[in-house]
Amino acid sequence: MIMRRIRDFFKTFLLYELVKGMMLTGRHFFQRKITVQYPEEKTPRSPRFRGLHALRRYPNGEERCIACKLCEAICPTLCITIESEQRGDGTRRTTRYDIDLTKCMYCGYCEESCPVDSIVETGIFEYHGEKRGDLYYTKPMLLAVGDKYEAEIARARQADAAFR
Amino acid sequence: MSFQTFVFYALALILIYAALRVITARNPVHAALFLVLSFVAAAGIWLLLQAEFLAITLVLVYVGAVMVLFLFVVMMLDVNLARLREGFWDYLPLGGIVGALLVAEMIVVLGGDYFSVGEMPQPAGHAAGYSSIKELGRLLYTQYVYAFEIAAVILLVAIIAAIALTLRSRKNTLYQNPGEQVAVRREDRVRMVDMRSEKRAEERA
Amino acid sequence: MMDSVEQLLGPAWPVVWTLAKIVAIVLPLVLSVAYLTLAERKVIGYMQVRIGPNRVGFRGLLQPFADVLKLLMKEVIVPSGANKFLFVLAPVMTIMPAMAAWAVVPFSPELVLANVDAGLLYILAITSMGVYGVIIAGWASNSKYAFLGSMRSAAQIVSYEIAMGFALVGVLMAAQSLNLVDIVNGQRGGGFWSWYWLPLFPLFLVYLISGVAETNRAPFDVAEGETEIVAGFHVEYSGIAFGVFFLAEYANMILISALCSIMFLGGWLPLVDTPLTFIPPIFWLLGKIAFVLFLFLWFRATFPRYRYDQIMRLGWKVFIPITLIWIVLIGALKLAGWWAW
Repeated sequence: MIMRRIRDFFKTFLLYELVKGMMLTGRHFFQRKITVQYPEEKTPRSPRFRGLHALRRYPNGEERCIACKLCEAICPTLCITIESEQRGDGTRRTTRYDIDLTKCMYCGYCEESCPVDSIVETGIFEYHGEKRGDLYYTKPMLLAVGDKYEAEIARARQADAAFR
Repeated sequence: MSFQTFVFYALALILIYAALRVITARNPVHAALFLVLSFVAAAGIWLLLQAEFLAITLVLVYVGAVMVLFLFVVMMLDVNLARLREGFWDYLPLGGIVGALLVAEMIVVLGGDYFSVGEMPQPAGHAAGYSSIKELGRLLYTQYVYAFEIAAVILLVAIIAAIALTLRSRKNTLYQNPGEQVAVRREDRVRMVDMRSEKRAEERA
Repeated sequence: MMDSVEQLLGPAWPVVWTLAKIVAIVLPLVLSVAYLTLAERKVIGYMQVRIGPNRVGFRGLLQPFADVLKLLMKEVIVPSGANKFLFVLAPVMTIMPAMAAWAVVPFSPELVLANVDAGLLYILAITSMGVYGVIIAGWASNSKYAFLGSMRSAAQIVSYEIAMGFALVGVLMAAQSLNLVDIVNGQRGGGFWSWYWLPLFPLFLVYLISGVAETNRAPFDVAEGETEIVAGFHVEYSGIAFGVFFLAEYANMILISALCSIMFLGGWLPLVDTPLTFIPPIFWLLGKIAFVLFLFLWFRATFPRYRYDQIMRLGWKVFIPITLIWIVLIGALKLAGWWAW
């Protein structure tokens, strides 16, 4: 008991615990750094990643969307707006398909509800808008995204197909 | 006019202006800050008189410590200027008398036949190695040691009195003793109990 | 060449020469402040297994200039209801003592702007004025957070100044002088072991820790306390007005480190006497300052913030008694003639 008191006394006045703490940070000072240098280095991304939306087409160029409006109905943030009409060949197509990306919370419900795999979320997350309204994506913009990244989108679907 | 004279007059002007503003400034915080300025200017004048120890001590003690606490209090006060000025005319005669007395004393001291600057002997110049701090220290601890110690004891008594007057220990306050907290070991707080695992009622039945 | 310039300027020469010397001290000081901010971010980053800033210039070496440029371009917002004059005066009041105190700091036996007798007292007096900037800033901002921050800071600085002053009393008792050059010369002798940190070890610790508290650095940064009172006394400051506060904080850190090196770590004296004399004295001093500054950053990376009442307890109930006991001890040793340093 007395010995412990004496030891505690010296520990307190020689700042033993503080020195111990400093040794810890001192050790970390020399450790290998684990920062990911973002634009040059990137962390691996799952094929299920939910990023920027895209509207896909069939290989023959026909757009997949049949204007069933399931995505619009399920969207929790009401960020999808769809208007449709009958086309000349008797099929129902969208005349308007807008996604307000500032409202979207990237839950992926639209993608899951889509019966024809038309609306998908791609792995792209480094997009931006420079002025107000830039993040309001319309149908041609979404189709363009789909056209541009079709190969990547298809690969991601393929990788995840076994689990669906 | 030599450089020293110029500095003296500059400091003196600042000192007088600041001192005037201390009593004329409406805002008490401003007044306190002007008092700080006047202390600094006075320290500058003392430096010119080669009393560097006194000058630095003035800055150290009054500017660095006393006025800080002063400002502390003044800033916390919710000063109502209208109420402050209420008693102005009542106190004016008394204040005027005190002021006039002070002025009269100053005239006697500075302009009279007994204490005027001309009557005083010229202070001796100092040798190159002269250190006013050393001299002060020597005087304080030899010739004036009793006065010095008594002053210290009086200050100590004042401190203790102030603390004793304001100290109150409330019964319902909770406070910790860090030393005790640090010294605590696991054994003091936790008791390990070896307990047989219990069964549910229907299993026992 | 010096002589011809001297003749050209005539009576204005001493003024010009002094100004030149002041610039020669202040300019490197400001530069080191700039790089201290970078060093801080780097060191703390490394201790948190990060890299720290490395984008501006080679390995982030131009980062301080980018920061200064950013601060210069930002608008200085004066809050409505603030006292404009005092609001602007406050940052100046903070930076003034941090710069003025360097006048008596000796960099080597010859390199000192003003080798005054009462150098130690001068430094104590000047640094004690630094608290005004904080108080005025808090009051003039007309903001609760700023005011709370300045109250905390003022109380903390005034309390720790006492412990700091007492620690320095120990030094001047050991050196028998208030002159900083004499204090360093008093530590001459057996190299590392004859510096004052050893005989005055408790005072050294008290001075170092009080120095951290005086500069409002972590773990004593309750004046800023960003998790409690946003940013303390300088919440309302933006742009370069904030930049000046920032500058003052780091300049104060460097000053405290310099004083610590001079008082306790032998100033410009080499580590061991014989083999290392080829290194000029000023580099020894700069190296020691850098070491103490590293300690400052190390503390910040390691310790969590003190609670306010704990700070006060540490200052009044621990540090001041320790210093008083040690001063009496030094006096007794000196009187008995057992003082070995």
